[in-house]
Amino acid sequence: MNAILTIENYAKTFCLHERNKLIPSASHVNLSVYPGKLTALIGPTGAGKSSVLKGVYRTYLPSAGRMLFRTASGEIVDLAQADEHLILELRKSEIGFVTQFLHCLPRKSALDVVAEPLFARGVETEEARGRAADLLAQLAVPSHLWNVPPATFSGGEKQRVNLARGLIAQPRLLLLDEPTASLDPATTERVVAHLETLKGSGIAMLAIFHHPDLVRRLADSVIELSPPVAIVEPVEEIA
Amino acid sequence: MSNKILSVRGLSRIHGEQCPLCISSTGPENDTNICPHCGSVVAAHDVNFDLYRGEILGIIGESGSGKSSTVKMLYFDETPTAGSATFYDGDVQHDMFALNAAQQRSMRNKRFGMVYQNPHLGLNFQISAGGNIAERLLMSDLKHYGEIRTRAGDLLVRTEVARVRMDQNPKTFSGGMQQRVQIAKALATQPPLLFLDEVTTGLDLSVQAAILDLILEIQHELGTAMIVVTHDLGVIRLLAGRTLVMKHGRVIESGLTDQILEDPQHAYTQRLVASAL
Repeated sequence: MNAILTIENYAKTFCLHERNKLIPSASHVNLSVYPGKLTALIGPTGAGKSSVLKGVYRTYLPSAGRMLFRTASGEIVDLAQADEHLILELRKSEIGFVTQFLHCLPRKSALDVVAEPLFARGVETEEARGRAADLLAQLAVPSHLWNVPPATFSGGEKQRVNLARGLIAQPRLLLLDEPTASLDPATTERVVAHLETLKGSGIAMLAIFHHPDLVRRLADSVIELSPPVAIVEPVEEIA
Repeated sequence: MSNKILSVRGLSRIHGEQCPLCISSTGPENDTNICPHCGSVVAAHDVNFDLYRGEILGIIGESGSGKSSTVKMLYFDETPTAGSATFYDGDVQHDMFALNAAQQRSMRNKRFGMVYQNPHLGLNFQISAGGNIAERLLMSDLKHYGEIRTRAGDLLVRTEVARVRMDQNPKTFSGGMQQRVQIAKALATQPPLLFLDEVTTGLDLSVQAAILDLILEIQHELGTAMIVVTHDLGVIRLLAGRTLVMKHGRVIESGLTDQILEDPQHAYTQRLVASAL
């Protein structure tokens, strides 16, 4: 089967001008992600797991390497180099990202936050809200919260809203950054079941999980990253 | 048909007599936009970007960075000293700065909308709120009094100004309401392209929030492409998919807004992001 995403020698180094410093965040990352399969990224804190996901989503500009994405129309696009408008288009229709924390518009109800990706694709308001409600119910978010902005929600509730928003549009490639970190065991089970269904429907996933147990249960392949070598500064600069 | 609505190339504006050293001795590397040799002000130099239909592009920068000059040139408030802009209106392409004054006026009245930071620039304070909107509707060939009045009222209601205030002078309105009337006026002709110049600057936080929500709703409903000029990172984060960062008349960086905020490349942008509250 053809990979939907192939990463070749990805590296990310931050250049902090103010401090005149280079901070390597990930290096020599190679991996592939396949439709209906989950590739898990593991490694200690600082190994660059999130940097890989953010590079794929282009929240970070990759410093080196290629990220070859096969689009729905069969074209191969290097996400590291692709035009910004194409990236925005892919984000809307093909690549989803569930981040660790919920970043959403304030003053919008949880229902609309979740339905947002469907609105962006032009789905009718009522239908979009209906699908959002179904998904929130599946993830056990209490219905009395649906019409409230998530700002006041607990960590676990926010995370489920975040998950629902990432999952609702059923992108072809889903990036998951610790999607269950603040969930209780029962809710985690619901999320696992949902992710398994999505895998079954052919969605490819690149994921970071906090618990080794989840990696064992969900991952079809595992990539271990180690922290990039720090750049040693000349002595005179430190002095 | 391409998705492009606007294509800007090499757009520049220099105030003053200009000398051959103006460009090389200004800009972020020289930390000024005033030419030390001839005193000319390089308000903007070599601005390039494409805007797509329904897209919101942010332009961020401090005072004097050239962000307002850029949109003012595109709205024909100021004349560029160099560069071109192409407006793709349906199937027709317009070389904007090659149009004559009448054509530019017509494009400005019918196809573009502008909301200024200062309501005095966007509204006529001698006439009523409804009159301000009617003025623009008249210029766009709507002639029937009753129709104009109904449409003006609808627009005010859409921007959450009560219909009963239609015949009052905007002088008597709060700052937030004046901005709403400006937005209603800008939208009167359902333009595919809207310029917003610091529209929330100086308003109370809660009023800012309501105006920003309104702008997003309009973009969602009408698919209006917008260029949003601001010095406020929060406005960019909320509204814009892509962002240009300007300093001393130059675009120093451009990218997806989340990338500009999380992985800024230029020293100035890094400082800007680091100083956000």
